[in-house]
Amino acid sequence: MTTPPPIAVRGLTMAYGSRVIQRDLTFTVRRGEIFIVMGGSGCGKSTLLRHLIGLQTPAAGTVLRNGQDFWALSDAARDRIKRNSGILYQTGALWSAMTLAENIALPLHQFTRLRPGEIRDLCAFKLALVGLAGCEHYYPSEISGGMRKRAALARALALDPEMLFFDEPSAGLDPVSSRRMDDLIIELRESLSATIVVVTHELASIFAIGTDAIFLDGESRTIIAQGSPKDLLNQASPLRVRQFLTRGGATP
Amino acid sequence: MTQSLPAIKPGTATAELDYDAASQTGVLHLRGDWRQKARRPEPGSPVLPLAMGSLRFDCADLTGWDSTLLIYLHELRRHCHYRSLAVAWDTLPAGANRLLKLASGSSTTPQAMPTPTWSWLGKVGLRSLEAWGRVVDVLTFVGELVLACLKFLFGRARLRWSDLALEMVKAGPQALAIVALIGFLMGLILAFIGAIPLKWFGAEVYVASLIGIGILRLMGAVMTGVVMAGRTGAAYAAELGSMQANEEIDALESMGIPPMEFLVLPRFLALTAMLPLLGLFGDLVGVLGGLVVGVFYLDLTFMQFWQQLMQTTKLADLFVGLFTCWVFGMLIAVCGCLRGIQCGRSSEAVGQATTSAVVSSIVCMVIATAAITVVTVALKI
Repeated sequence: MTTPPPIAVRGLTMAYGSRVIQRDLTFTVRRGEIFIVMGGSGCGKSTLLRHLIGLQTPAAGTVLRNGQDFWALSDAARDRIKRNSGILYQTGALWSAMTLAENIALPLHQFTRLRPGEIRDLCAFKLALVGLAGCEHYYPSEISGGMRKRAALARALALDPEMLFFDEPSAGLDPVSSRRMDDLIIELRESLSATIVVVTHELASIFAIGTDAIFLDGESRTIIAQGSPKDLLNQASPLRVRQFLTRGGATP
Repeated sequence: MTQSLPAIKPGTATAELDYDAASQTGVLHLRGDWRQKARRPEPGSPVLPLAMGSLRFDCADLTGWDSTLLIYLHELRRHCHYRSLAVAWDTLPAGANRLLKLASGSSTTPQAMPTPTWSWLGKVGLRSLEAWGRVVDVLTFVGELVLACLKFLFGRARLRWSDLALEMVKAGPQALAIVALIGFLMGLILAFIGAIPLKWFGAEVYVASLIGIGILRLMGAVMTGVVMAGRTGAAYAAELGSMQANEEIDALESMGIPPMEFLVLPRFLALTAMLPLLGLFGDLVGVLGGLVVGVFYLDLTFMQFWQQLMQTTKLADLFVGLFTCWVFGMLIAVCGCLRGIQCGRSSEAVGQATTSAVVSSIVCMVIATAAITVVTVALKI
């Protein structure tokens, strides 16, 4: 028996009220993949992410997590799936009234039976993993934006999730930090054998880390291309996709 | 050297050292399920013999691992590094080895601020300077506000009239219901309590004087002030505080729009204009509450109550009350906006700003009431 894919989306339509953002999305994220969701600004990339992690209910269609319809599950089962997903929000979304160590420790305190000493070690280790060793006692407002983002990644990794979601991981980072973030994402996939979904429009990242991708089109409001980013560059893919991937350089 | 090891119980993880004294090499057998839920050895165990020169791992029986194995190995790595022990890290699972390397890679640690230690006298001085700094902050804020008001009088303040109108609606008409409720009940309570001693003397009719002087001069203003401090003062602190936390105030300032004129001034003007009006309304409703008690509980007629009220209550009482309201409006607006502007950059700081806005405006109002009462009595107003 083959294990079901971690995420499968079938005929998903996303809407705010009567305003449809994207319709009829169907795709599958396979285990161990770094799956890129790309598209122009405002085409619904982040909204799709909110649907995948269960913050928003679909207007139509289903989101299958490990082969089960996410919204047909019981609350307890849904919580289990949520706990198995680490999410890096666009601006970090660290809890501003807690130190970095407390930010990482909160899910550990809530969902594991580790001793305080172990939790402390684990927090220190996760921070070291993202290159922030020794920053346990800083508050989010006391560190730079790039460090905040890395700290948020350490929090996302707290529970050793099988699924990782990144919303614009390199937005607001300098090229070197952004490259480090990409390396970290690849490293996490290989070392933890995690499945990773990345929402981004950063071309360098798309080509560096993506193993599979979908392109959400803002005009036709659906997926117009699907495949590995390098394959999408060839002439067979729609012009809008090629223009996106070449910063407008492609010709019909 | 490799003898067969005992089978491991499910749900446990073990780390056993095989030490060969002749070659001074050790093999650490990591076995079982190294995950959060499993029973597993403490970091730092087993103790490595001092003479040991090299160490490698045997992970043949390792059935699963997560971060708990990594913290164990991280500790081991620090220890081995300290003892300059040669360790064959590549005998670990490839993923674990890479993550360990990543964790011991370079880290950006912000420079820790040196914290000097102070003597007892130094601490007293430090505290005094801090307290003086807070006084200076308040004075600066009030001074800037006065300048902003002057600019407004000359029509040069940078504020939007729509903001001012909106703030007036929020601080005025939208507060009518709660002021009416509190004012009416206050009149009712005052009349009931006053009726007890007045009945001893058969002087029930004087309840009208009590209500007239008590509500118009003092209680109407105080109750309106307290309600507005909790309602509007807190809202100002929370609004401006979260704007400060989100760098929205910095954004205004960097565009050359002074937050004092754009944010504080409309709120200050709205509240100082609206509070006397709300106070007047509160007075009316309060007297109505007293009238209800007078007519239905003390069996006075409406005319008796009215005449007694008119004979003993002066117009000055009403004006003192309204003046008090006007002062309250300024105090609440200043406390709310000041705490909001001073707010830090975290969600907790917004809460503190709100709390301290309400507390300080109530304290200021009580002090102001005391001062106004003493002065008016001394001046025989």
